[in-house]
Amino acid sequence: MNKKVLLIEDEPNIIEAVSFILSRDGWDVKTHSNGHDAVDAVRNRHPDLIILDVMLPGKSGFEILKEIRSDQQFALTPVLMLTARGQVKDREMAEKAGASRYMTKPFSNAEVLDAVRSMVAQ
Amino acid sequence: MAPLNVLVLVCLTYVAFLFVVAFAADHAARRGRGMWLRSPIIYTLSLSIYCTAWTFYGAVGFAARSGLEFATIYLGPTLVMIGWWWTLRKMVRVGRSQRVTSIADLISSRYGKSNTLAVCVTLLAVIGTTPYIALQLQSVTLSFATFAASDPTSAELPDQQSTALWVALGLTLFTILFGTRNLDANERHHGVVIAIALEAVVKLFALLAVGVFVVWGLAGGISETIARIDASPIMHWEVSGGRWVGLTMLSAAAFLCLPRMFQVMVVENENEDDLRTAAWAFPGYLMLMSLFVVPIAAIGLQTMPAGVNPDLFVLTLPLHAGRDGLAILSFIGGFSSATSMVIVAAIALSTMVSNHVVMPLWLWAKGGTAVMSGDVRHVALMARRLSIGGIVFLGYLYFRVSGGGESLAAIGLVSFAGVAQFLPALMGGLFWRAANRTGAISGLGVGFVVWMYSMFLPSFGTSSILPQHIFDHGLFGLDWLRPYALFGAEGMDPLVHAVMWSVLLNTAVFICVSLLTFPRPVERLQGAQFVNVFRHSSTATGWSGDLARSEDLMIMSQRIIGSRQAQALFSGAAQCQGLAGYLPEPTPDFLLELERELSGSVGTATAHAMISQIVGGATVSVEDLLAVADETAQIMEYSSRLEAKTQEQARTARQLRAANQKLTQLSVQKDSFLSQISHELRTPMTSIRAFSEILRDTGGLSPEEQAKYSTIIHDEAVRLTRLLDDLLDLSVLENGQVVMNTQTGRLADLLDRTIAAAGGGEADSLEIKRDRDKEDVVLTTDLDRLAQVFINLIANARKYCDAETPCLSISTKQDGAELKIDFVDNGSGIATDQQSVIFEKFAQIGATKAGGAGLGLAICREIMTRLGGDISYLPGQSGGAFRVTLPASVVSSPADETM
Repeated sequence: MNKKVLLIEDEPNIIEAVSFILSRDGWDVKTHSNGHDAVDAVRNRHPDLIILDVMLPGKSGFEILKEIRSDQQFALTPVLMLTARGQVKDREMAEKAGASRYMTKPFSNAEVLDAVRSMVAQ
Repeated sequence: MAPLNVLVLVCLTYVAFLFVVAFAADHAARRGRGMWLRSPIIYTLSLSIYCTAWTFYGAVGFAARSGLEFATIYLGPTLVMIGWWWTLRKMVRVGRSQRVTSIADLISSRYGKSNTLAVCVTLLAVIGTTPYIALQLQSVTLSFATFAASDPTSAELPDQQSTALWVALGLTLFTILFGTRNLDANERHHGVVIAIALEAVVKLFALLAVGVFVVWGLAGGISETIARIDASPIMHWEVSGGRWVGLTMLSAAAFLCLPRMFQVMVVENENEDDLRTAAWAFPGYLMLMSLFVVPIAAIGLQTMPAGVNPDLFVLTLPLHAGRDGLAILSFIGGFSSATSMVIVAAIALSTMVSNHVVMPLWLWAKGGTAVMSGDVRHVALMARRLSIGGIVFLGYLYFRVSGGGESLAAIGLVSFAGVAQFLPALMGGLFWRAANRTGAISGLGVGFVVWMYSMFLPSFGTSSILPQHIFDHGLFGLDWLRPYALFGAEGMDPLVHAVMWSVLLNTAVFICVSLLTFPRPVERLQGAQFVNVFRHSSTATGWSGDLARSEDLMIMSQRIIGSRQAQALFSGAAQCQGLAGYLPEPTPDFLLELERELSGSVGTATAHAMISQIVGGATVSVEDLLAVADETAQIMEYSSRLEAKTQEQARTARQLRAANQKLTQLSVQKDSFLSQISHELRTPMTSIRAFSEILRDTGGLSPEEQAKYSTIIHDEAVRLTRLLDDLLDLSVLENGQVVMNTQTGRLADLLDRTIAAAGGGEADSLEIKRDRDKEDVVLTTDLDRLAQVFINLIANARKYCDAETPCLSISTKQDGAELKIDFVDNGSGIATDQQSVIFEKFAQIGATKAGGAGLGLAICREIMTRLGGDISYLPGQSGGAFRVTLPASVVSSPADETM
């Protein structure tokens, strides 16, 4: 069965690109594009992996991650965080919030694939 | 009748008479009568306590031993009275305005009401006066013994020491009776003053009588006398200039500093103007006193057998000539001189001792403030009485110890030199603002030590207290510490030597220490009041009794002066004020009166402190403060310069802090700006990279897919370019580097152009409503920039208006001189909480759509600011609404265009 990945990102072109890459790699890709109800989307879809953008309309990625982690069912779900702000502070905040992996935009497609594969394989 | 018995009888009668006179004067003064008691003549006569038994008997002895030198003792005071009249007046004024009770009080008051200083002065005064009292006892005893010896009926000589004891006891009794009768205002003793004035007349009369007898009775006329004086050795004494100057200055200093002189001159002074009379009358008195000194000495030396004490010529000459009556008169004269001195000295010293030593000690021992403790009246009285007894007893003790062997004049000079140590502190206090407490104590201490070592201790005779080897080789064998040759000053007259060194070192230390140390505020204030006494504080500093509580004052007064007296005082004052009750209003007059009343019991400083404790009002007048302020102008200036420097530093620090804060803020802004920029750049980059990799790496893409992904890459590249353009534009606008390209054109034309430029192509769904008539205005401004703003607003409406059929209405209206152009769409508008941030950089609201970097409105705002107008969000409209405002200066009617 294909692994389920939930992509929470608000930039349409990036959604399209990541969806394309992962779908071709055999993932079942679901997308969500705002912060308000991102946690609900996670609960509904029970993804095997979450790709989470930091800057989202409505709620920041860090807050969403904290909420996800506070839910017992998703305490161990791997989360790959994406950020367009390449600052050290953001990386620290991501780790603190409980991100499994952290990636700065722009990234290469191969990087993303490597990352998601290794995260789920664990 | 035997002369000795007659003498005793006359003596007792005289004393009884003195008691009566003193009592009557006291009584009269109490009942407010007897204005004559305060006449300038009485004042002048009271000053004559300067002429003690030392003068009465000793001057003749002095003349017999040292010739005309005795005149220096009169010359000093005469010079002071005439030449330093204004100094005396100042001293009296200060004494009255500060309500001082003694010289110790004056000095302590000047130097910040320091009790340490008062104790120092008191001790020195007691030590300096004790030999003098002994001298008086000795003179009475000697003269009595002389009488007894010449009395053939008396079988045995009376014991000298018992005579001295009886005299001492009698004097103590008199002094206690009249000196501590009234513990009231200002330490004035009318009875005592009138008694000593009477004694002054008696002693002058007695001396003149003996003089007349000697010149006309013994010598046989004036010319005869002059001839005999010429023949006597008196005229052959070598006159030493140094000793003359030294003695004159010493007696002048002593005249100012002697506690008893201070008592009669300042404390007992009723009227400052009395000094005018005294200025000529007192030197006259002294001249009369000294008129017959030389004749008596000369005739005495020739007539009397060798070995007879010349100190007693005044007495022995009449006795020798068998004039018992005259001799008795002479004895009474000497007796008067001695007793008046002892009485006044005892009063003056007892005031000092009880106010500055006993009372503070007692209060300290009681462990509470004066207000808290019980009735202090008895304590004050008892302290005063015990002090009198103690002081007279000390004099008696000195008389016993010294054995009365010294010549009278020598003891007098030792005393003079002792009290002369007050002079630097006293004069410095009156004339020198910079003089301070530390300086006064140091100077006094040094002067005292030098005086003790070089004069007082040697006065007991060599090898009595100081062993002989110290005189020969100095203290600790140090040659320069020989008592009679300090610092190698060889061959000087011991008296001049001691006076010179003690006063010189005293003054030098006083001045140096005063200059080196800083006075306390109270000292500065008191200094101003003393030095500038004529400029302000013509009377005692008044109380402001607004806050005083009469009842508290009453309670305190009862404890100090006794309940009956206090009640009488208070109800009397209330009656004077026309009040029914027994409590008067605490008017300044009443408080002043009360303070005077209390100060008689507990001393000025304490009384002042007690009242100020209750009244709590300012005791310092504005003028006093101003005077101090004047004097401290320099210090103020200096400190204000320092302050200015400090303020400058504080200002700089503040500026630095502000700058730092701004920098921190800027740094935060820069960080967030960079972070935003990074986000805005990386986001399109991500798409571009991802899709370019897909195109590169993915085989088998359909042409549609290829076209789609290429378009995305292209669009994102355009977006990036626009972002960079916007950033540059904003940066240029923000830095004010933009050059405005002013053109003139009609608003309608500009909007046409704008809408065309912002047009969304054929698929444009946005309907734009306009009112072309209103747009018929001419604008003179940078039309391209204005168009940029309009394009931005139209593009935003197109992008964000979420209505089914989006519509933007552009309406123009001229409000006053301003031109307002509103862009209102029919969408849901901007949420209230976000309306304030939309003009900030990177402020994006709602879901981001590709192409928006959030810089548009920020740029619009910058442009409008440059154009002198404004852009704002209009809340409460049907949808998103922006208003562009242009200033009057750019707007003109279309008619102007043709011109």
